Amino acid sequence: MVAAVEPAGPRPRPVTPARVGLYAFLVITALFFLTPLYVMLVTSFKTMPEIRQGNLLGLPAEPSLQAWGHAWSAACTGLACNGISVGFFNSVKILVPSVIVSIAVGSLTGYALSFWRVRGASALFGALMIVAFVPYQIFIYPLVRIFATIGINNSIPGIVAIHTIFGLPTMTLLFRNYFASLPIELFKAARVDGAGFFRIYSSVMMPMATPMLIVAVILQVTGIWNDFILGLVFAGRENLPMTVQLNNIVNSTQGERLYNVDMAATLLTALVPLVVYFASGRWFVRGIAAGAVKG
Amino acid sequence: MLALRPRLASKLSAWLALSPATTILVVVYVGCTAWTVWISMTASRMLPSSTFVGLRQYDALFANERWQISVSNLVVFGVLFMIASLVLGFLLAVAIDQRVRAENVLRSVFLYPFSMSFIVTGLVWQWLLNPTYGIQAVGRGFGFETFRFDWIVRQETVIYCLVIAGVWHAAGLVMAIMLAGLRGIDEDIWKAARVDGLPPWRVYVSIVIPMMGASFATAAVLLATSVVRLYDLSVAMTNGGPGIASEVPAKFVMDHLFERQNIGLATAAATSMLITVAAVVAPWIYIQSRRRRAA
Amino acid sequence: MSTRDQRCEVSVRGVDIGFGRVKVLEKLNLDIAQSEFIVLLGPSGCGKSTLLNAIAGLLDVNDGQIWIGGRNVTWEEPKDRGIAMVFQSYALYPRMTVRGNMSFGLRVAGMPAAEIQKRVTEAAAMLKITNLLDRRPSELSGGQRQRVAIGRALVRDAGVFLFDEPLSNLDAQLRVELRVEIKRLHQRLSATMIYVTHDQIEALTLADRIAVMQGGVIQQLDTPQKVYREPINRFVASFVGSPSMNFVPGRIEGANGVLAFVGGDLTIPLQGYAFRSPAAPGPAVLGVRPEHVLAGGAAGPAAIQAPIEMIEPMGADSLVWCRMPSGASFSVRVDGEARVAPGGTLPVSFPATALSLFDDGPGERL
Repeated sequence: MVAAVEPAGPRPRPVTPARVGLYAFLVITALFFLTPLYVMLVTSFKTMPEIRQGNLLGLPAEPSLQAWGHAWSAACTGLACNGISVGFFNSVKILVPSVIVSIAVGSLTGYALSFWRVRGASALFGALMIVAFVPYQIFIYPLVRIFATIGINNSIPGIVAIHTIFGLPTMTLLFRNYFASLPIELFKAARVDGAGFFRIYSSVMMPMATPMLIVAVILQVTGIWNDFILGLVFAGRENLPMTVQLNNIVNSTQGERLYNVDMAATLLTALVPLVVYFASGRWFVRGIAAGAVKG
Repeated sequence: MLALRPRLASKLSAWLALSPATTILVVVYVGCTAWTVWISMTASRMLPSSTFVGLRQYDALFANERWQISVSNLVVFGVLFMIASLVLGFLLAVAIDQRVRAENVLRSVFLYPFSMSFIVTGLVWQWLLNPTYGIQAVGRGFGFETFRFDWIVRQETVIYCLVIAGVWHAAGLVMAIMLAGLRGIDEDIWKAARVDGLPPWRVYVSIVIPMMGASFATAAVLLATSVVRLYDLSVAMTNGGPGIASEVPAKFVMDHLFERQNIGLATAAATSMLITVAAVVAPWIYIQSRRRRAA
Repeated sequence: MSTRDQRCEVSVRGVDIGFGRVKVLEKLNLDIAQSEFIVLLGPSGCGKSTLLNAIAGLLDVNDGQIWIGGRNVTWEEPKDRGIAMVFQSYALYPRMTVRGNMSFGLRVAGMPAAEIQKRVTEAAAMLKITNLLDRRPSELSGGQRQRVAIGRALVRDAGVFLFDEPLSNLDAQLRVELRVEIKRLHQRLSATMIYVTHDQIEALTLADRIAVMQGGVIQQLDTPQKVYREPINRFVASFVGSPSMNFVPGRIEGANGVLAFVGGDLTIPLQGYAFRSPAAPGPAVLGVRPEHVLAGGAAGPAAIQAPIEMIEPMGADSLVWCRMPSGASFSVRVDGEARVAPGGTLPVSFPATALSLFDDGPGERL
């Protein structure tokens, strides 16, 4: 190649060190992010003797579902040995009404704050945005006392109320911002057509808010499923959610730790948010972005 | 009068719709906060007392070694976790923004930990950092007999383990926010910079980063609130140990409320957390509201 | 900025550009002379911005070559091509002052501070933005921002300026003002300028030559007058000119060199029309611009009486909508003072020298 080539067509793109470094960085960080998931998976399929031999990263020699079965139905949380399935169903019982009620209250509040000129509306909204940052520890003792007084402490209604209370700022923000982005003419047209407050909400606004509903559901399902502290305090011993049960299985066992069972139980607990995450794709990111623009 | 009726009905409906939010704001967010602050100034121990003792609980609190360790842990964790998450998240966003292959796969890989709970995160890393079977064992298995990575069982290093797990959990969130910010930058800016002959790193340093102030602020505020709320991770990963080396303020409050039954001290600690949050968030809200007014 | 000794003609040779399966430009050739002001005009999606980006080096060509100033720059980075560029969105660096925006590229390139200072001062004076030098872009109006963007291009002292719809984000009045400014700049710098726009008025006012593009192909490359008076096909005819050209479907009839256009009851003799190829009878479309229709007294004895449907006064002129004998409407531009009223009639005639004839298939000029 002595004679110079006459340049034509696309630029030649030699593999530059910068490009190699870029991919090296991405691959190494990807490994850092993936290793825990991988280790969880392989550990959960190993037998305890194999785990004791070491070799954290190795594939299971004889893959076994035994740990999964044990985690699901026989692992001990404290004295009871009914597996993490108890926590799973408790979490479902908490999740479904909490998601519905919190979104209903949040969307209604967001709607009322976006279209209706109610006195003090902007003060209410501003206050809700500020209190979203306050740590839960401030409220816990008074709330326990209040809930005990009105008789919903340690119950499903109690924990649903709690998730509604602490979901309110984000849900309100989400829906208010969405409704505020809709053309005000839509609202005016509905008023001219004679629709009232709740009619406009149910027949005009909510049908248009499907994208926000999806985002809100994703946000609340993952958030409530992953909750630990509120479930621990307010759900009551009978209704402890999966995260609490998981922590009990792993961290308060007596005798020998069954690491394969621990990892199987951990994966089972992570399954719901992981499925939501991978199924929802870009919606999840959108939810983060929508929830992130607080204030 | 007749014409006014639908208006009045709508107005009443709006009030009705906002009543749950108003009630929650007044009773929970304002009322419970005031209640907690009040208790922190009484002689309450196991049972609430109404004997006013001024700031004596706070004297006891700040003389308490466990609280001191909790606070210093929070500072160390907060600084390292925020810097590491912001830097790693930003670098990941920049790397992904270089038109790399498999962009969607990489993005999912970096973000999936964020969908899981802190309990799951803590338990996975507890297992990975286990000195007998975890990463230390892997290193020794490769022939490095003296390889030492037992941070999680040593009092002076355990807090860094929390940082590693926290960064693993949150860096993807920062990446998602930063990537959205990067993608929001006008493509013509990049073209203009190329015509100007600026090397890409220079464009990032001198032009892009200064333009991403809002993204950095959003990410920083989100991370900061999760720092103050830090509880689940410590519970699941180390339960505050070894000894009390990885205690954190939120855990201090919870333990003193429910296990040690010292309500006065717990509420004093909670109030201190609130003041910390206010000190972080108030300037940010002030700047935001000023910017909005200017816009 | 001062005297220009470097060569700065631009030549695009057989350029192919596509994204995936979609071909944007195919085997495109374009030669632009030294100091020429050329406008790439076309609707959105016609490939004009793609072509400009390829010339700038912001976009790789799939095939073909780009030559600037006698050099093959196909593989060169934008900064090494001797070009400067102005963008539609201004693309100012938001966190830098005006001075910072104008000088940043030069500083990074390692130019001595005194020389940078001199160039910035000179360019700022030329664009009347000296008093804005210490402001941030967010403190400027749209028109000021675009001046700064032009200033940033000026200090590069390039031989070729590329404009990518620079006035599209401005309101009408500012657009006119800056249009004049750009034209003045061209006369003063005698640099080669390539200017992309979808606004035919900008094209007509600024260009030495216009390249009218559609579907990735240059339809016509000619002076504004030629493009306006002798559009090469129906697309060019309808895209250039406002109010737009009237089209009348019909036939060319006659023999022995005595041809006439017949559309409905309308017959127009074609003596004096410059056919591009030997004319033959057959179906055709007649095109005539509203101001080329002779109306009133000027229409002459052969005028037909067209019934007036509607009048759009436009200040200096009025646009009169008349009905063809065939039933179709056509517009005539008359003096704003002319006494015409709906319901009346207007004598009109069509001078063959100002007409355009197109075939009725692809619409090529006959």
